[in-house]
Amino acid sequence: MFDKILIANRGEIACRIIKTARRMGIKTVAVYSDADAGGKHVRMADEAVRIGPAASAESYLKIDAIIEACKQTGAQAVHPGFGFLSERAAFCEALEAAGIVFIGPGKSAIEAMGDKITSKKIAHEAGVSTVPGFLGVIESPEHAAKIAGEIGYPVMIKASAGGGGKGMRIANSEADLKDGVRGAMNEARSSFGDDRVFIEKFIEQPRHIEIQVMADGHGNVVHLGERECSIQRRHQKVIEEAPSPFIDAETRAAMGAQAVALAKQVGYRSAGTVEFIADANKKFYFLEMNTRLQVEHPVTEMVTGLDLVELMIRVADGEKLPFTQDEVTMTGWAIEARVYAEDPYRGFLPSIGRLIRYEPPVDVEGIRVDDGVDEGSEISMFYDPMIAKLVAYGDTRNEAADRLYDAIGRYRIRGVSHNLPFLAATIAMKRFRDGRLTTGFIAEEFPDGFTGATLDPYEEGALCAVAVAFERANAERLARISGQLANRGKTDIATIWTIREGRTNRRAEVLTAEDGYDVTVGGQRYAIRGSLDATIAVFDGRVNGEPFAVQIERDGIYYRLSYGGRELEALVVPPRIAEALDKMPPKEVADTSKQLVSPMPGLLVSIAVSEGDPIKSGQEICVIEAMKMENVLRAERDGMVSKVHASAGDSLAVDQIIVEFE
Amino acid sequence: MQDIVERLEDMRNRARLGGGAKRIEAQHQKGKLSARERIDLLLDPGSFEEWDMFVEHRSSDFGMADNKVPGDGVVTGWGSVNGRLVFVFSQDFTVFGGSLSEAHAEKICKVMDQAMKVGAPVIGMNDSGGARIQEGVASLGGYAEVFQRNVMASGVVPQISMIMGPCAGGAVYSPAMTDFIFMVKDSSYMFVTGPDVVKTVTHETVTHEQLGGAVTHTSKSGVADLAFENDVEALLQLRRFIDFMPSSNRDVPPVRPTADEADRPEPSLDNLIPANPNKPYDMKELIEKVVDEGDFFEIQPDYAGNIIVGFARMQGSTVGIVANQPMVLAGCLDIESAKKAARFVRYCDCFNIPIVTFVDVPGFLPGTKQEYGGIIKHGAKLLFAYAEATVPKVTVITRKAYGGAYDVMSSKHLRGDVNYAWPTAEIAVMGPKGAVEIIFRADIGDADKIEARTEEYRQKFANPFVAASRGYLDDIIKPRNTRRRICRALAMLRDKQLENPWKKHDNIPL
Repeated sequence: MFDKILIANRGEIACRIIKTARRMGIKTVAVYSDADAGGKHVRMADEAVRIGPAASAESYLKIDAIIEACKQTGAQAVHPGFGFLSERAAFCEALEAAGIVFIGPGKSAIEAMGDKITSKKIAHEAGVSTVPGFLGVIESPEHAAKIAGEIGYPVMIKASAGGGGKGMRIANSEADLKDGVRGAMNEARSSFGDDRVFIEKFIEQPRHIEIQVMADGHGNVVHLGERECSIQRRHQKVIEEAPSPFIDAETRAAMGAQAVALAKQVGYRSAGTVEFIADANKKFYFLEMNTRLQVEHPVTEMVTGLDLVELMIRVADGEKLPFTQDEVTMTGWAIEARVYAEDPYRGFLPSIGRLIRYEPPVDVEGIRVDDGVDEGSEISMFYDPMIAKLVAYGDTRNEAADRLYDAIGRYRIRGVSHNLPFLAATIAMKRFRDGRLTTGFIAEEFPDGFTGATLDPYEEGALCAVAVAFERANAERLARISGQLANRGKTDIATIWTIREGRTNRRAEVLTAEDGYDVTVGGQRYAIRGSLDATIAVFDGRVNGEPFAVQIERDGIYYRLSYGGRELEALVVPPRIAEALDKMPPKEVADTSKQLVSPMPGLLVSIAVSEGDPIKSGQEICVIEAMKMENVLRAERDGMVSKVHASAGDSLAVDQIIVEFE
Repeated sequence: MQDIVERLEDMRNRARLGGGAKRIEAQHQKGKLSARERIDLLLDPGSFEEWDMFVEHRSSDFGMADNKVPGDGVVTGWGSVNGRLVFVFSQDFTVFGGSLSEAHAEKICKVMDQAMKVGAPVIGMNDSGGARIQEGVASLGGYAEVFQRNVMASGVVPQISMIMGPCAGGAVYSPAMTDFIFMVKDSSYMFVTGPDVVKTVTHETVTHEQLGGAVTHTSKSGVADLAFENDVEALLQLRRFIDFMPSSNRDVPPVRPTADEADRPEPSLDNLIPANPNKPYDMKELIEKVVDEGDFFEIQPDYAGNIIVGFARMQGSTVGIVANQPMVLAGCLDIESAKKAARFVRYCDCFNIPIVTFVDVPGFLPGTKQEYGGIIKHGAKLLFAYAEATVPKVTVITRKAYGGAYDVMSSKHLRGDVNYAWPTAEIAVMGPKGAVEIIFRADIGDADKIEARTEEYRQKFANPFVAASRGYLDDIIKPRNTRRRICRALAMLRDKQLENPWKKHDNIPL
């Protein structure tokens, strides 16, 4: 076995690989860019080597810097994680030349599967079912239109070198198609340095189902069952699970057999994933093969009881797979939610900054958190905005989902915006619980974006009751402040309270109980038990005997509570104060509709209008690049451009004014 | 007796009605509460004891003899906020526009005099059209009586002004001499001369709001300390504020029970300071992680943002926080920030509130604007304030403490009681680059040499060791332990005794 391996990655996956290596008694070497100098993976590894400045192109993507780091530390093998160099044949080649083992597949498999067009041809030869489409490079939008006409709309445009949803577009009509092809080519060029795109038939009501394969260097290939990753936003996976609620044993066996056949066809070694798209009739078609460990591998690990990273290391060291296909079992259910630094309330725009508070739900039954950050870590603009993967396991799908929902409620992140409220809202949806998933789930369920979840009346009342219990406890504490008048008499600790959110008042009545309060809201009585002092950030108590976790923040006289994707920002005051507030006229909010402001920090790539231009609603105004994603900002209504405040190439701060309208 | 009781009840009812239901309704229309509603919301229910309800003006000119309202346009008395004694006066705009008559002034003076005798804060809620013109000079005399008491009470009991309506002309000078001025957005304004006079004299066209509204005074002039959305929010926040205040200069700060442990570690503070010395970080994160429950009541948040001042608690007891803010102007000192912090430090010293100072200061802001503006004298105010303060002073240097600004920021030399530094502290005359360019002026053309010298200087001074070796620092502490160390220092300093030499008063460079 290797004595020492280097992890050519950062963040949560580097940390996750280090954990397994350490358990196996293998020493680890981390590499880091200047932006990650104090990173968690650097601190976890036995050694760490700086490989360059923050930009990935000058650090994590620099092959020679990583080989130099191996030589310097004597690392015998490299685990590439995912992303960065994990699917670069050139990296494999360079390591081989330097006598260092690549913990992953061989170069030829990477090359064959790395190109979407070639991979389809090979899959076809291996007897794998593929989507109808044009297995060639699109030369121009006109060329695309001709092909699309032949296979029929809707069609999907994809970057040949693509991944992670970049350079991907769906077109429903010829007009869509031409825009889409241009956009996909631009994005592909900037993301991968390769603007080749192809098109294929778009499957309706599609589900994304993928098969995990594992192969050793001795010709043994097994599959470890499927994962369903249909919950995606702009082709980025958000929630993944194993097994799939859609797949029966027969389909699983058929998909698994095709995946194994493909792996054998390309002489595959190590862990790999064959992605399929399945339609409503359980017909499935090959999408692509990812020749690396996947982000969502933990769900497979949790249901199979295997450690994929350990298997990859063993196989890379020449060992045989320690089990056969018959010995692979899937027990229970695992669901993973990706926690992203993005603002769900503002169109999921990326958010950067320091994690002022970071408390993941650790030591909770059935919960695994894979992260690469600590409190005080920086989410920078240079890398992927994923903060962590939150994985829940249960005997049944519902148990796993319940545990995930509860864990989200306990997960405390401050300093950057995050998608936990959105994840909670999604997990709670009946459609999710029923397993009626498609890749259009998010677009269909949140057509106008995310505006917060609506709780059922019981939970809504419980949330209010918790707020009241906290304020009541605070009032009792204030009654014990020093220096009070001697004959103060009966203090005025109220029993009737008003929860005021915006201009809405709700009445609550509080009775003290032995170890908490009984609060009545809307006719329902809630027995609130648990610690209610003002240092509590996550209320982890019981409501009517059931565990109930609520996050609570105080901002002067205001409370902000969050639970299940619902954020309650409220005053909790005696009714006479709420009545006085009712007399206060509402204030006008400043009109910002005449401005286009940058919704995120980023680079202004282009600006499509100039002063005096008439504009139409929906027209592109400018393009901002952040987190390597191009975001098109469009006009919200018809009008005229009165002033342009920024020009292409400018760095924009959040809320910076870009254009003003008349 | 029965008819006296009835008459009494009748007079009380008349007084309670102030200028009448119609005017109260007009007040509500403007988004303002009545004088009595304000007192009701500010004080604990049932705690208000009203004085001088039957006082009436003594003027007979211009038909005033027949125009009397009991109380004469101001409601005065005492009550409690969370059980603690406060004196209040609340001007009633519905009675003669809240204008100040001789009798009205006497009522205010009476509560101020009593507050000083018993040692309790005076809270004024200002909503007044100005002097009672019908009374002429008697009204002016009334103002001056109040002014004189504001001065006598200064430093004896906390005085807080809540501006909840107009406050113009001479009337502004009473709030101006109190300790804190809070304002309500959109319904209050303060100025010496109003928009009409401004237009005649200087031909400037401004609105009331632009000239003297809450936003103007909390962000441009620095006259006011905080602006609130409406009357009710203002009064709720004022209650929260009073919970921090000692009752007088004879009192100790109040203690609010807390579950927050004194030795709570904050590991993430270990990497608060960015690796790059020119990269800012948010000093508020440090404050909020160190103080009890993260509960920080900031004063003047929108003015001179390069320095942060405000009240917090450590182990339940009030402290004043002063901190440079690297996010604004790199945290340097300038005219506005020095004035803001100096006044705050002096307030804390008046009322026995320990001062905790967090230092990250690259120096004074250079430039003609600063020099012509008198940074020499204004900067000296903060130096003076720290030097004369005898309350417990605990200082933590987080990063830069350069030049004269190091001395100013509650340094050991200004009788700092406990001075700590984080390992990232750099105590030096200036930054390494600037220093080398002066010391080795001859080598300026030679980039390599300069770089080597800079590194040498950095090694020598860009750390806390030189200062620690001279005893200018008492210890170098781990950032994560900052709360524990400050709590311990304050506990040690609880019974600190220090007196300045007898003097009539000092002569701070005003």
